[in-house]
Amino acid sequence: MSDTRHATAPKLQLTGKEPYYQPIRDEVALFESAHRRRLPVLLKGPTGCGKTRFVEYMAWRLKRPLVTVACHDDLTTADLVGRYLIIGNETVWVDGPLTAAVRAGAICYLDEIVEARKDTTVVIHPLADARRILAVDKRGELVAAPDDFMLVVSYNPGYQSVLKEIKPSTRQRFVALDFDYPKASVEAGIVATEGQVDAETARRLVKLGELTRNLKGAGLDEGASTRLLVHAAHLIADGVEPATACTAAVARALTDDPDMTGTLDDLVRAVF
Amino acid sequence: MSRKLFSDALEQRLDEVLFASPSHRSAKKLADGLEQLDRAQQERVLHWVGVAAQSYAEIGYLVASLAPKALERLDAAGFEAWVLAGLDAYDRHGGQAAMALLRDLDGFCAGRDHADATARLDESEARLGRFLQGLSGRPLALSAGAFAHTDSETVFLPAQLAALPSAADNRRLYKAMAALLWAQTRYGTFGSTAVDIGAALSRWEDRERALRWFAALEAIRLEAVIGAELPGLSAEIAALRGPWPEALREAVGRLGRHDAAVSHSLTFLAECMAGEQEPPQLPHAGAIDLDAVLSVRAARIARDSETVRRALSTLKGFGGRQPSGEQTLAVNTEGGKVEFTLDGEVAALPPEAQAAAQSLLQDLGELPPECLVPAGPGAWQPTHREGSEGSVADALTRHREPHRRYDEWDYRRRAYRRGWCHLFEVNLAPGDADYVAKVSLRNTALINQIRRRFEMLRGEDRLLGRQPEGEEVDIDALVDAAGDRASGAEPSARLFCRRIRNERSLAAMFMVDMSGSTKGWVNDAERESLVMLCEAVEALGDRYAIYGFSGWTRTRCDIYPVKRFDEPYDAAVRARIAAIEAKDYTRMGVAIRHLTHLLEAQPARHKLLVTLSDGRPDDFGDEYRGHYGIEDTRRALQEAHERGVRSYCVTIDRHGADYLPRLYGPARYTVLDDVKKLPLKVADIYRRLTT
Ligand SMILES: Nc1ncnc2c1ncn2[C@@H]1O[C@H](COP(=O)(O)OP(=O)(O)OP(=O)(O)O)[C@@H](O)[C@H]1O
Ligand SMILES: [Mg+2]
Repeated sequence: MSDTRHATAPKLQLTGKEPYYQPIRDEVALFESAHRRRLPVLLKGPTGCGKTRFVEYMAWRLKRPLVTVACHDDLTTADLVGRYLIIGNETVWVDGPLTAAVRAGAICYLDEIVEARKDTTVVIHPLADARRILAVDKRGELVAAPDDFMLVVSYNPGYQSVLKEIKPSTRQRFVALDFDYPKASVEAGIVATEGQVDAETARRLVKLGELTRNLKGAGLDEGASTRLLVHAAHLIADGVEPATACTAAVARALTDDPDMTGTLDDLVRAVF
Repeated sequence: MSRKLFSDALEQRLDEVLFASPSHRSAKKLADGLEQLDRAQQERVLHWVGVAAQSYAEIGYLVASLAPKALERLDAAGFEAWVLAGLDAYDRHGGQAAMALLRDLDGFCAGRDHADATARLDESEARLGRFLQGLSGRPLALSAGAFAHTDSETVFLPAQLAALPSAADNRRLYKAMAALLWAQTRYGTFGSTAVDIGAALSRWEDRERALRWFAALEAIRLEAVIGAELPGLSAEIAALRGPWPEALREAVGRLGRHDAAVSHSLTFLAECMAGEQEPPQLPHAGAIDLDAVLSVRAARIARDSETVRRALSTLKGFGGRQPSGEQTLAVNTEGGKVEFTLDGEVAALPPEAQAAAQSLLQDLGELPPECLVPAGPGAWQPTHREGSEGSVADALTRHREPHRRYDEWDYRRRAYRRGWCHLFEVNLAPGDADYVAKVSLRNTALINQIRRRFEMLRGEDRLLGRQPEGEEVDIDALVDAAGDRASGAEPSARLFCRRIRNERSLAAMFMVDMSGSTKGWVNDAERESLVMLCEAVEALGDRYAIYGFSGWTRTRCDIYPVKRFDEPYDAAVRARIAAIEAKDYTRMGVAIRHLTHLLEAQPARHKLLVTLSDGRPDDFGDEYRGHYGIEDTRRALQEAHERGVRSYCVTIDRHGADYLPRLYGPARYTVLDDVKKLPLKVADIYRRLTT
């Protein structure tokens, strides 16, 4: 191993307070099994349906620190694994978030994995199969993952671009959990709790969500996500008039198309 | 703007667009009339004369002769509206009506002046249609009808509404009518397993009067039921209708509740029928055409039960292929969503069966046991008789040797028919050499906009690090080199960054439906969108090809090359775009297979197949129509996917949406409800797909 100094990697913290998460199906039990069995997990689902929140909750539940990396198309291997920095006259090695997570036995969450460049994605391959090792090429080091370490990636299959599809060799390393918007009564509970509105308002917001989801593929790429409904709820809780809140937080957030905007306004007006 | 055209040139152009005129009248007189117009007006007239002549040559002739007068009184939009109104009349009522409408220029202009208070269905249709789709339930089509009513699959609304003082109010009236008709189909007006509406209403001797009362009572009940989930909508309806008439006061007290059911309306109906009164007119509520509903509904229930039963029969262990002991099927309809469970485990049905189950629930209020008996093998009724299909056409085309043969998927056999389809590449005779230039002239602004947007994409540069030379120092590389030097390793000399143009490595194939059903505006829209697309893709520099397809039975599947991959976008290609026309039938599977084959040979890393069509696969003889064609097309898309070709299907068919998820299962798709949007949308979709 090289004799350069090891910079103090940012200390990984446990999640203190229990994040609010409303289980939808059996995903909590499945995730726990996967963790016990040291299997990596792929979360699939439309935007804003609670994937990130779920991982935060599981990290808390399993009492593991959580390292989240939002992937983008300039993300290099070094950004994940680590690099040398020059400090004063010395070169100092700094672990990237993935390496730090492996060393600490944390949960590493790579959000929107398809956004990452294909060559970057490959570094997780040996980590995501039976070997469970991370190669830190620059240091000539192989870091073996402790049992507690877990790799979680997320992916939104609704993407339309042919350039953004997850490779089978990546995808087939993961246990896949399907996420979708929960059924109306459950979703209303989430909106009420998160957005701090009364049950009736939450119910109507979820109804609006449902109406917009009926338009998926018929003018909208996606219907309103739980996240958007929570946003609208927040505005309402803050005193904004409900129809105005929905127009701003839901209708305008979904489309720029003037025809479609008219229809969404009609739907907002139908519910409130 | 270019110079205006003189009579001779005009005459020649008119001859081209009016070539089909049976009257053999000289275009000379028409041309003289158009000479006084400026060039933009002349082009506009020639364009619309051409469009009109495609429906009916006489209309084209009439448009040309009336155009100078019309343009004195109408602006560009008005002129277009006038021609469109004429064509609309032709589609609905035929040539005489169209000619009368076009000749009545005074009437048209007067109508346009007063138009500010009238709402027209064709203007509100798209928005209303999407509104109904948003409200959900079974998809409902929207159409103009003599009076407002629904047969439970189509909502009919009057073509114009002028009952209220302003156009905005009249548009709201449309929405209220549509919503109440939707509610009839959604909240049990037409009965359920428990309530037989047909029987209930045949009790009355004066059935017409009973139906009028029933419609009024249901308007009260449904408004209240809508209010439970959509309070904003019911409030809007209430505001539009004003106070209920005195004669309905008691009914409102009894039926105006969130939880009122159709049985309550029927009970109250008996009291109304016992009296002498006629029901008051309710301008916001439609009528009920019960006979239309009942026949449509019965057919649908039969169809949906069959679909569900077939799907159930394929569930493993449940009346299916491998019965593994007794399993129990449970149906949960809580929250209005049908969910099947087999021994406690959720059983997912294919989307069309799920939709059928949902539709049954809507029609019957439950899923009756007889719909849950899996269809035995006997229920599969292969209707096909070998060799019976299109024998006349077979004989006509037998002498040609196909360029290739393709397999076709027979879903009934669950096997391919080997070498079943005979594929011919047929050259298109060049069309109007100026077509593309003319379209470009009419759409200059749009094309500039598209070109700008796409050029922006192309300009996306990337910074390449760790190069031996380049315009900037790569700090990361420099630091690494310092690190290496410090640790005694040999430092790299690649210390620079270089900007490079992003290599897109993409090959796109556009497959254009040239079947007979595209005749008219759809074909025009297809051609125009190709003009936009070529502009867009040229700006990007991607490799692309365009092929048309049509055919007549399996032994004559024609593919028309418009632009091959290695051809530049030149005059020959432009002339071929102009030559794209509606021909015969739509055997889609073989076209997809052939074009996939061509795409596969491309060296690009990403391969994209974009189909433009107007809906269902269809071919001569009844074989490729319906299920068979859908399954084969689906299969072909799946094969393409397996070969690394990504498909995207653009369909112009608002009412076909129910089978599309099945058809395009392996592909992505979008449905346009309005052909006019095609050119814009296609360029947009392409951009979204490839960035
Ligand atoms: N099951 C749930 N329990 C609690 N909150 C939820 C749940 N589902 C969604 N939410 C709410 O929705 C919001 C969005 O969820 P989240 O950020 O986890 O979405 P996501 O699936 O990660 O979306 P993206 O793919 O866009 O990153 C959360 O902030 C939370 O308020
Ligand atoms: Mg997220």
